[in-house]
Amino acid sequence: MNIVVTVKQVPDTWAEKKLDPSDMTTDRATVDNVLNEMDEYGVEEALLLKEAHGGEVTAVTMGPDKAVEAVRKALQMGADKGVHLCDASLHGSDALQTASALAKVIAPLNPDVVIVSSEASDARGGVVGALLAEYLGLPQLTLARKVTADPGGGTVTIERQTDNGYATVLGKLPVVVGVIEKINEPRYPSFKGIMAAKKKPLVTMTAADAGIDPGSAGPSGAYSEVDEAQPRPPKAAGQVVKDEGDGGAKLAAFLADQKLV
Amino acid sequence: MANATAGQHPLSLFAIDSILDEEEKAIRNTVRRFCQERVRPHIAGWYESATIPLRDLARELGNMGLLGMHLVGYGCAGATATSYGLACMELEAADSGLRSLVSVQGSLTMFAIWRYGSQEQKAEWLPRLASGAAIGCFGLTEPDFGSDPGGMRTRARRDGDDWVLDGTKMWITNGSVADVAVVWARTDDGIAGFVVPTASPGFSAPEITRKMSLRASVTSELVLDGVRLPGTAVLAEAKGLSAPLSCLNEARFGIVFGALGAAQDCLETTLAYVAGRTIFDKPLAAYQLTQAKLADMTLELGKGMLLALHLGRLKDAGDIRAEQVSLGKLNNAREALSIARECRTLLGANGITLEYPVMRHASNLESVLTYEGTSEVHQLVIGHALTSQPAFR
Repeated sequence: MNIVVTVKQVPDTWAEKKLDPSDMTTDRATVDNVLNEMDEYGVEEALLLKEAHGGEVTAVTMGPDKAVEAVRKALQMGADKGVHLCDASLHGSDALQTASALAKVIAPLNPDVVIVSSEASDARGGVVGALLAEYLGLPQLTLARKVTADPGGGTVTIERQTDNGYATVLGKLPVVVGVIEKINEPRYPSFKGIMAAKKKPLVTMTAADAGIDPGSAGPSGAYSEVDEAQPRPPKAAGQVVKDEGDGGAKLAAFLADQKLV
Repeated sequence: MANATAGQHPLSLFAIDSILDEEEKAIRNTVRRFCQERVRPHIAGWYESATIPLRDLARELGNMGLLGMHLVGYGCAGATATSYGLACMELEAADSGLRSLVSVQGSLTMFAIWRYGSQEQKAEWLPRLASGAAIGCFGLTEPDFGSDPGGMRTRARRDGDDWVLDGTKMWITNGSVADVAVVWARTDDGIAGFVVPTASPGFSAPEITRKMSLRASVTSELVLDGVRLPGTAVLAEAKGLSAPLSCLNEARFGIVFGALGAAQDCLETTLAYVAGRTIFDKPLAAYQLTQAKLADMTLELGKGMLLALHLGRLKDAGDIRAEQVSLGKLNNAREALSIARECRTLLGANGITLEYPVMRHASNLESVLTYEGTSEVHQLVIGHALTSQPAFR
């Protein structure tokens, strides 16, 4: 199977995330940047599919120079090839532009399956996967907590997480599959993988290489813009539950209310 | 790693990352994350109960490629010595016991077989030791012979084509859980090494309990009571005491880096603690005596790190000498212990608990100061190099 997985470099999960006040885009310069944790589940699922059915995994990212590290991490974990779409004109792209640009890179790869994760930990829009499927003109199977491929039959079946259970959904190849957190246990890159990654093909593309219209790229062509941003308000005081013999029931009611159970 | 303090990390003052390449950083970060996720949540408990899920950990370390990572072939990763050192540093930042497991598996057992063994011995043991499916140990030290291993009493005598081993080894890391032991014994032709399956009749490995140090590590006695081995069990390429000493030199190279990991973890813990701990009316971090201690400890940590990386580059270039490894082991084990003790003073009473890693590291480092050549022996190695006067006895 020809599998493509999208990856993104984001500010470290524990770093304080800020917007650059000059253009209201994510500040990536003053923080450590890492592979989006959710994308590790996507890469792992792509590798599991390859291990079960053969083929190869291509990791694709869009972002500034340093974002190539996210592709390299995927290569270290075991992906076969990488593509890095890197162009100053793409800086400040919104979700629609990002999905459109990724589609331009991914379509020529003729994938059987495109794996995306549910969201990136910086913007947390959670829409690029669905948009990408639209731009590629492919069916999308989202919120997958389990993925089973049948390349011979030309289908992929997923268990789609719902609020109170799951639905079994079948799609025809080629297809975009969105995976959720905890679908698998992402592997640690092996040292052999780390050393082999340096020798794996990694292509850097400009916007022009990908056939992206320069007029449509960047903030001027964006469908959405950020006017202003406020820091998150401090945490509100917690709710105290007093145990008057019914503490357990009250806690259960609270958890059910929050849809945690 | 998340830094609870507003200030810089001690090693970023030295811009250490600027002298590491991408591969080295990737290996370091992988081990760091493994320890963060798999070891740190449990290590205080393992230490207190003196139990460690050694086989599970070995499997996971093997999957990463950490066991025998600097060896080439037979399933080993073939990484650089510097990368191996950085991995040891991250392991020991979690606990010296974990690094000891890896040192004994990779640098002692696997290195001995890889360097001195036959093709058959390598094919039989190295892939399983590299994957963590098998555990190895290394028997050189004896109850009465530590710094003077040449006096060993363990004997191997020929009986037809076979060898028969009798004797006792002491302070053997991984001993009670090992599947294979590399055992050094006296023969009529000098010291020789043997690959001993621990299932051999006459072999036993009672665990040494009641330790105050390296509690998250298995330490054992090896008892060889007429252990009969085929003629093929001998390490054919190992001639004399220089063979086991070369293995120790490999292991102590890992300690040069490893000890600094423990020191770094103490210093990171302390920086976070003094930032949050108020004494009278201001943070402990804002007192001059605190800052003097922090500055001195940071200097020693950074100097040790520069020395370790320098030795790593020499080893990767293939021209490191034993006395140079002694420089690193002596300095870094000694300074790491000193840093751990100083950090303990800044944590006050909290420093003695298992809520913080400092006393655990300090206790472990007492062993690290002694094993793989005591500080005194390394002083004598360096003294010998400087004066050409051997003063060991």
